[in-house]
Amino acid sequence: MQKKVESRGISHESRASIPWPDEVHRVLIDANVRQVGYVPDSGHARLIDLVRANRGMRAIPLTTEEEGVALAVGAWLGGERSVLLMQSSGAGNCINMLGMANELRVPLLTLITMRGHWGEFNPWQVPMSQATAPSLAAIGAVVHTVDRAAEVGETVAAAAQLAFNTCRMVAVLISQRIVGAKEFR
Amino acid sequence: MKHRTPTLDRRRVVADILRQRGDALVVAGLGAPVWDTAAAGDHALNFHAWGGMGGAAMIGLGLALAQPKRRVLVITGDGELLMGLGSLATIAVQQPRNLAIIVMDNERYGETGMQDTHTRFGVDIAGMAKAAGFRASGTVFGATQLKTWIPRLYKQAGPVFAAIKVTTQPVPMVLPVRDGAAIKLRFREALLGARAFE
Repeated sequence: MQKKVESRGISHESRASIPWPDEVHRVLIDANVRQVGYVPDSGHARLIDLVRANRGMRAIPLTTEEEGVALAVGAWLGGERSVLLMQSSGAGNCINMLGMANELRVPLLTLITMRGHWGEFNPWQVPMSQATAPSLAAIGAVVHTVDRAAEVGETVAAAAQLAFNTCRMVAVLISQRIVGAKEFR
Repeated sequence: MKHRTPTLDRRRVVADILRQRGDALVVAGLGAPVWDTAAAGDHALNFHAWGGMGGAAMIGLGLALAQPKRRVLVITGDGELLMGLGSLATIAVQQPRNLAIIVMDNERYGETGMQDTHTRFGVDIAGMAKAAGFRASGTVFGATQLKTWIPRLYKQAGPVFAAIKVTTQPVPMVLPVRDGAAIKLRFREALLGARAFE
């Protein structure tokens, strides 16, 4: 029943010499992140593949994004670091669980590829996209946004340091301008 | 399907289970399972959830993956587990050998007025766990059956799932620490020592 869609970036960003997912992968390795929870997004596809190929990390597909928050709590209790990858359309699913991470002061690093704001085709993506930053801020997360491919790696590195050094929730919103707007054909 | 009335006493069940804990790590899901676990004796390696409904099993997964040499028990309620049914699939895919999910199934939402949950109407959560891919899964009604299950909770290669049917008989509330950061720190310090403060 799924219509096959072709994803083609219409971003005008010049390609960084190292693709940003590869930079992020290196940042996560350097930050000792081991558990990677995700609901897949095409914007995260390359990073997910890199994690799956990395024997030092565990790629954990989730049935819903909120599972990744509880996973992060468990990992932290056990002495391990995790990261949560999702698309903006899944951010709202996390709000309750983020309240728990807030109360516990458990570090929570989440990387969110954005839909619904730069050249979006699908109107259903727009409301949650617009609500992503405000709802995450409302539940107590620090929100960083990045809209240049060359800055994603350093933004994630800074976010990871903030999260794990200060035991806070930190979300990096990766602009649709970087990942490219999906074309439905 | 005819409803079978639970007969097991929840406080005795949890006490019997935890008496054999050894160095196991315990996650208690919010509400009555937290009081049951606290009633069995305060322990630094008990993580008590006072919120995050639907997340207890996933907390157990993260902990089990981080500590593969330790047994991890999640003791939670049917309402809490029902809110996170997808986690049965997520856990089963990871196949953590050291994880057991134990549901104290009184077929009620205990904190909000004892309203019936879906298990009161025949929803078979142990069946769901089995279908998801848990290595061992079952529903426990009687004392003899419980006796054979307790060793499995600790020794059976996981993931293991047990729905233990318990009564709605009122029991005294036993409240552990409720400050989330304090619970987290106490658990981490007991488990990780000085590394907990890095």
